[in-house]
Amino acid sequence: MDVARDSRQNREGERTSPASPRATSLSVRDVTVTYPNGTTAVQDASFELRAGTICALVGVNGSGKSTLFKAIMGFVTPRQGAVRICGLPMQEALRANFVAYVPQSEEVDWNFPVLVEDVVMMGRYGHMGFLRLPSKMDHAKVEEALERVGMGAFRKRQIGELSGGQKKRVFLARALAQEGRIILLDEPFTGVDVKTETEIIGLMKELRDQGHVMLVSTHNLGSVPDFCDQVVLINRTILAAGPTARVFTQANLERAFGGVLRHFQLAGTALHEDDDTRSVTVLTDDERPLVFYGQKRPDQGPLRRSEDGEPS
Amino acid sequence: MITELLVPFSYDYMVKAMWVSALVGGVCAFLSAYLMLKGWSLMGDALAHSIVPGVAAAYLMQWPYAAGAFIAGFLASAGMAFVRQHTQLREDATIGLVFTTFFAAGLLLVSLYPTSVNVQTIVLGNILGISDEDALQVVIISLVSAAVLLLKWKDLMVVFFDEAHARTVGLQPRVLKIVFFTLLSACTVAALQTVGSCLVIAMVVTPGATAYLLCDRFERLLMLSVAIGVATSFVGAYLSYFLDGATGGVIVTLQTLLFLATFYLAPKHGVLASRRRISGAVEVKP
Ligand SMILES: Nc1ncnc2c1ncn2[C@@H]1O[C@H](COP(=O)(O)OP(=O)(O)OP(=O)(O)O)[C@@H](O)[C@H]1O
Ligand SMILES: [Mg+2]
Repeated sequence: MDVARDSRQNREGERTSPASPRATSLSVRDVTVTYPNGTTAVQDASFELRAGTICALVGVNGSGKSTLFKAIMGFVTPRQGAVRICGLPMQEALRANFVAYVPQSEEVDWNFPVLVEDVVMMGRYGHMGFLRLPSKMDHAKVEEALERVGMGAFRKRQIGELSGGQKKRVFLARALAQEGRIILLDEPFTGVDVKTETEIIGLMKELRDQGHVMLVSTHNLGSVPDFCDQVVLINRTILAAGPTARVFTQANLERAFGGVLRHFQLAGTALHEDDDTRSVTVLTDDERPLVFYGQKRPDQGPLRRSEDGEPS
Repeated sequence: MITELLVPFSYDYMVKAMWVSALVGGVCAFLSAYLMLKGWSLMGDALAHSIVPGVAAAYLMQWPYAAGAFIAGFLASAGMAFVRQHTQLREDATIGLVFTTFFAAGLLLVSLYPTSVNVQTIVLGNILGISDEDALQVVIISLVSAAVLLLKWKDLMVVFFDEAHARTVGLQPRVLKIVFFTLLSACTVAALQTVGSCLVIAMVVTPGATAYLLCDRFERLLMLSVAIGVATSFVGAYLSYFLDGATGGVIVTLQTLLFLATFYLAPKHGVLASRRRISGAVEVKP
């Protein structure tokens, strides 16, 4: 199995906050998860992420992405293997508030009588005492998190009274307020417009520069090269893991998605009438297509979507 | 006239009934706020019926009835959790299966040993005739439950709202849920004395449902729900002196009336308010 190694990670030492000596890391080693009905959803998964990484978790529906998240949070116990967070066993890491989780929208009860600021305050609970009485600092962190995602004006709204993109931001703010070093995001871009998506990505990049580790499951293949340094391709087992440029290639994606991926190849004559023989391949499993331009050197890695201009 | 209204306060048994009812009503209302949000409202009903065999067995073995009731209630909630975990059955089927099993066992016990227990007391409640000993049990149960809830209400809220997040802030959802259902079992035992097993369900649903229509914030919802529970139980016990009716019936009728009033008149989620807003919005249109 590929274990992620990247030049960025050599600077890891600088990226951990000086207050806590433990280096931020997420290590999944030989994890196999079998559900009670006998389905083995994940088999022998191993990868490792270091401080200051955004890693995309990419795979078809049912490939085990959510299962892997559940294993990292200890919702399901791996039949084999172990997850270690910042060098600690998972239970201890959870107690130390190292992990924050941004749930899929479908998992949230939007009718629950809580206001936006209450939800964000829940992020602070791990930092509070027995009675969970918020201190001045807790209020300040909530304030700051809300401002950072641009939801300050909505703090007194009940959470069901928000748009899809605003809902996403609230839970992102909760993760910010929680100050977890590992942030797990399950499909943060579904139902979000391009503007909000860009803002969320901007925020994630800031967090990366502060040394956080983010694991993001997504179907937006087109955005992956934009903001992810690492990619884990999964289909029950890890097909490939490592730096985006090396792993996120047409060959690997076709392996991960099999026949599911929509695949358009536009060869020379379909595009223009000169004798330019280059071709354009569009791969998509969701809304944002991934575009490969033919006749590129294979080591060059993928380019972004077509509106980024002509291939050189 | 005034003196007539104060008559109930001159009887010790009435004063006792009013205060004990108010206490039980308050704690049940506290729990109702959580149950309603999870769609677990029928759990209260199920537990109240599941308690019957415990009470019967306790009378047989000369234990305090609350101990038997509590053990039965705990076994029933554990049973439901167990069935839920190991099958894909829906919540209602799970609850139905477990509680009818327990209730049937209870009826069987009662019919085999007919003198051992007065079923009518369990089914209808008898707060006006409660013995000092039983009243003490009820008060202790309620106070302990109230103390735990006051200390842990925020943790329980996070667990009920978002279990995954609860884990990431270091809470243990499973432990907290067991605590919650233990309290629920205990409080249904207490409520049995006041309103009887048939009406326990109202005590652990209606106040929360009413408050839900009035608040957007869990903290307020809890406070309002408890206030409704305390007030209706106190007043209900008081009125039952004049009406000469079953206390449980009066309490639950009051709660229902309050709910109906809220349903129509609530400023935000009420029927009239939404109609007004919708027609108002049409007029504003350019
Ligand atoms: N609770 C469960 N019990 C049994 N099998 C399950 C359970 N949850 C998931 N599975 C199975 O495990 C496999 C992986 O599911 P998982 O939810 O991890 O997929 P996913 O990659 O998150 O898919 P999606 O892209 O649709 O969110 C699937 O085959 C699914 O049927
Ligand atoms: Mg999933």
